Amino acid sequence: MLESIWFVIWGVAWAVYFMLDGFDLGLGTLFPFLAKDETDKRILVNAMGPFWDGNEVWLITAGGVTFAAFPRAYAIMFSGLYTPLMLLLFALILRGVAFEFRGKVDSARWRATWDACLVAGSFLPALLLGVAFANIFKGLPLDAAGLFHGNLLTLLNPYGLLGGVLFVLIFAVHGALWLTTRTEGELQARAGRMATSLWWAEAAVAVAFLALTWFSTRLWQHVLARPVLLALPLLAVAGLLLTRVFAARGAWWKAWFASSALILGAVLFGVAGLFPDLLPSSLDPAASVTAFNAASSPLTLKIMLGVVLCFLPVVIGYQLWVYLAFRDTVTAESIERGPSY
Amino acid sequence: MDALTLSRLQFAVATYFHFLFVPLTLGLSMLVALMETQYVRSGDEDYKRMAKFWGKLFLINFAVGVVTGLTLEFQFGTNWSRYSAYVGDIFGSLLAIEATAAFFLESTFIAVWHFGWNKLSKKAHVTAIWLVAIASNLSAFWILVANAWMQHPTGFVLRNGRAELADFFAVITQRFAILEFIHTLGGAYLTAGFFVLGISAWHLVRKQETAFFKKSFRLAAAWTLIFALFEIAQGHMNAEILSTAQPTKLAAMEAHWETGRSVPMHLLAWPDAANERNTVQSLSVPSGLSLLATYSTGGEVKGLKDYPASERPPVLPVFLSFRAMVGLGVLFLALGLWAFLKRHQITEQQRFLRVLPWLIPLPYLANELGWTIAELGRQPWIVYGLMKTSDAASPLAASQVGTSLAAFFLVYALLGAVDFYLLFTFARKGPDAATAAAK
Repeated sequence: MLESIWFVIWGVAWAVYFMLDGFDLGLGTLFPFLAKDETDKRILVNAMGPFWDGNEVWLITAGGVTFAAFPRAYAIMFSGLYTPLMLLLFALILRGVAFEFRGKVDSARWRATWDACLVAGSFLPALLLGVAFANIFKGLPLDAAGLFHGNLLTLLNPYGLLGGVLFVLIFAVHGALWLTTRTEGELQARAGRMATSLWWAEAAVAVAFLALTWFSTRLWQHVLARPVLLALPLLAVAGLLLTRVFAARGAWWKAWFASSALILGAVLFGVAGLFPDLLPSSLDPAASVTAFNAASSPLTLKIMLGVVLCFLPVVIGYQLWVYLAFRDTVTAESIERGPSY
Repeated sequence: MDALTLSRLQFAVATYFHFLFVPLTLGLSMLVALMETQYVRSGDEDYKRMAKFWGKLFLINFAVGVVTGLTLEFQFGTNWSRYSAYVGDIFGSLLAIEATAAFFLESTFIAVWHFGWNKLSKKAHVTAIWLVAIASNLSAFWILVANAWMQHPTGFVLRNGRAELADFFAVITQRFAILEFIHTLGGAYLTAGFFVLGISAWHLVRKQETAFFKKSFRLAAAWTLIFALFEIAQGHMNAEILSTAQPTKLAAMEAHWETGRSVPMHLLAWPDAANERNTVQSLSVPSGLSLLATYSTGGEVKGLKDYPASERPPVLPVFLSFRAMVGLGVLFLALGLWAFLKRHQITEQQRFLRVLPWLIPLPYLANELGWTIAELGRQPWIVYGLMKTSDAASPLAASQVGTSLAAFFLVYALLGAVDFYLLFTFARKGPDAATAAAK
């Protein structure tokens, strides 16, 4: 029971991470396409300014939850996916400092350098996380000892790559929608147009991915075995469709929330479809790393459950407060007035 | 080189580099919080400018500290998977608590503080920096509890082929953890103290913003003296606990080979590990080591020869690091005392002011030496007495780790160069640039 509760927490932590950091990774990816001049660029950066760091802690938390609740899964996942994780790490490092550094020296080349880090550091994590999760859905070449029999190329199979593209597109739409809620005028209109046109690509890839999931993974079979779980893929599909409906009406906040529903639904569908596996093995189902054979001791799980139940509601509370406190739109005047990046 | 050695090197690079930024975060957040509190209480605009100027340097430093911290959480899994699987039940939960209870708070409110100057009330804004300061120090607590468990494992049972938690409170309240925590904080606060003293001195020599930097100097002088005194008195306890908790580390720190009673302390020595002796050994204080380690001149102190060579840490670097760290500690006390005594006539101390900026790197060095003693002195164990470092690494190819290590060198060298360049530039620009420019 404890293991199952922790499995849910594990899945929710990842889903919330993708929902929150998703928009700033997406906005970073679209940076060169949405920002026409230096003012636009600063508006984009400041539209993520007060939020991106707090969002990224959800990644640390998702990693921390894996380590604390399922140490064996953490060990196998992080060492097995060594090269993609190192790439992810370097991307996030360069992206993180880009926010702080880009405005510190008054030189076009300086800014261009850090902007490049911001773009690459946003695009790569989206792609890598998509590839990694698609491969986890599909199963990793793990033997009974948890040894990973493969390399980076093993992960770059069609299904994995499609997962990567899907994440990039979902985050891009999510990010463009975020910008529409934070800006006004021409930039808002441009972000809205970007979101609606990218939506078609997002929808096409999402449908292809869901279809391929039937053949490449056992997610659908698992979910169909407990039909109540069908609510999750339905939530994802509804979110996807509503994103389009609201975006067409210019109801930007609603569109962003619909996009969030898509992310939560899709990730939780994947997680629910995995249960009880954390890392299914493509070599031998018996070698799969599950919530039960990878879990920490009951004592640790209980203590950590207490910690999470005490602290996460508080975290969610103050993060919500921050989103409300900094809800004003970002404009050329507001960043001049400062403080800003 | 094999994957194990490369992983150890990578851990060293990642940790040393991360810890170039952490101490200033811990200390300067407190100082900025104190400055802003002073502003809110007195309405004195100088203190607001101080909070903004030092706060700006704090943010530049924080940016690299936070992203390089990400590496540390990842690399237990990437490079030390067998360690993670074996002790994750305890160690992993401490890291997860750090993220949920402290790091969220720190990362969320740093942004609130940065962007909130005109949005929030004065009181709400100063609360934000206090939350950052408290959260970053709390974060250090959980990380150091985790490290202390590697130094002195407690509150666990060996079950199901791994170490499992048996007593959570024993883990988080053990004396080793508390001592390690306050010792690290002391070093961090000293780093921030010398940082503020050094930069203030640079401007005072040039007679720029004299009133502003005199105020900063006075605050930092008192702060530095307090923590220099604290660090020396408290540091003794950290060495003393080793006589029971980690005798091999203590013996390496003192280059002490033969177990015995009434063991002297050699102020001058040069260890020769190959021949299990010291080539030089003089200026000895009779029974000095026994007294410091056991509070009795006749107390027994274990020597390295009591342990097989395969269970001894590398003696020379541990020994030298300890000497250098203690020497620096004494120097910090002398400098802190002088700064404090002369704080009201500090502009008359031109020579002292000229030297101070050059001393900013010294506390950084002392911090890294401390970690060298802690981590290298623990070898060959990753968890003292429980798991050897050589049994802890991930099953990786040397080429994989070699490539990532090269990338760490490259990226970190770049980050370090840029960040120190920016710190240097903005420190020299002075408070007007920090207050005027919104960026």
